[in-house]
Amino acid sequence: MAGTAQPSEKSDGLVFHPMDQFIVEPLFGSGPIYWYTVTNVTLWMGLSVVAVVLLMLVGTSKRALVPGRAQSVGELAYGFVHKMVEDVAGRDAIPYFPYIMTLFMFIVLSNFLGLLPMSFTTTSHIAVTAVMAIGVFLAVTVIGFVKNGVGFFSLFWISSAPLALRPALALIEIISYFVRPVSHSIRLAGNMMAGHAVIKVFAAFAGVALISPLSVVAITAMYALEILVSFIQAYVFAILTCVYLKDALHPHH
Amino acid sequence: MEGDIVQMGAYVGAGLACTGMGGAAIGVGHVVGNYISGALRNPSAAAGQTATMFIGIAFAEALGIFSFLVALLLMFAV
Repeated sequence: MAGTAQPSEKSDGLVFHPMDQFIVEPLFGSGPIYWYTVTNVTLWMGLSVVAVVLLMLVGTSKRALVPGRAQSVGELAYGFVHKMVEDVAGRDAIPYFPYIMTLFMFIVLSNFLGLLPMSFTTTSHIAVTAVMAIGVFLAVTVIGFVKNGVGFFSLFWISSAPLALRPALALIEIISYFVRPVSHSIRLAGNMMAGHAVIKVFAAFAGVALISPLSVVAITAMYALEILVSFIQAYVFAILTCVYLKDALHPHH
Repeated sequence: MEGDIVQMGAYVGAGLACTGMGGAAIGVGHVVGNYISGALRNPSAAAGQTATMFIGIAFAEALGIFSFLVALLLMFAV
């Protein structure tokens, strides 16, 4: 029902599915997607890397004593993540600070770029967040074994619990350890996807004249909430990485 | 109307799985509510516990995420 449909019945042009915004499609032409195909995900991930580089390298390159806008934000982000690593994971975790900083900056800028109209939210795809979460999981496990050797297994053997309970607790601890990358990745993807889908659902209501003012107000409110959620989810992802890192460095309960 | 009863069951199950998110909502509300009531009693100690609150939120939320995962699996994988 493109142009020829009757104009009054249903509002043309605003009929879309709220999940359409998450479709991965090739950037050039159309066709099957292979692992090397340049898609809109590739474009927007590249743009968030460019944004991180612009903010953290170009923005702070002058090293002015009185920082400009970009340098202030860069220094603020650096100090924020550094304090978080130090507070949550302890001083021993400072060598791993660059990894957590990279994760945090990439996720927060991907989330913020995804909020631009007509853009694509890369972090709304479980495939993207799962790579990061599995990377964290593998890194933390390797660090745990390198730092503690076999002693890393004491993470699962809670010595403060009664002896009879320990095998059952060990089973629960092992399950919860392996569930970590699942919850770590789906938390971020689910939050981003749900928020953007809700905005699109309200956007679909905007086509109905009776409730369109309400819908515009709702979109504005949801958008403000999404800005908050974008930041908080990046923060939660980074802080959970710190918690896992603390477990790897100090497995003894 | 088309489709079979298995698909209907999967969709109904996906809808029912979403009730698990209510549990996560209660959990997150409990964590934040207790944080705020603690923070109002002792505001000077509040700033140091913000990170702990977010970790608590994340863990409470994780179980709501599993219900979301079950819903997704029922919708697209089963």
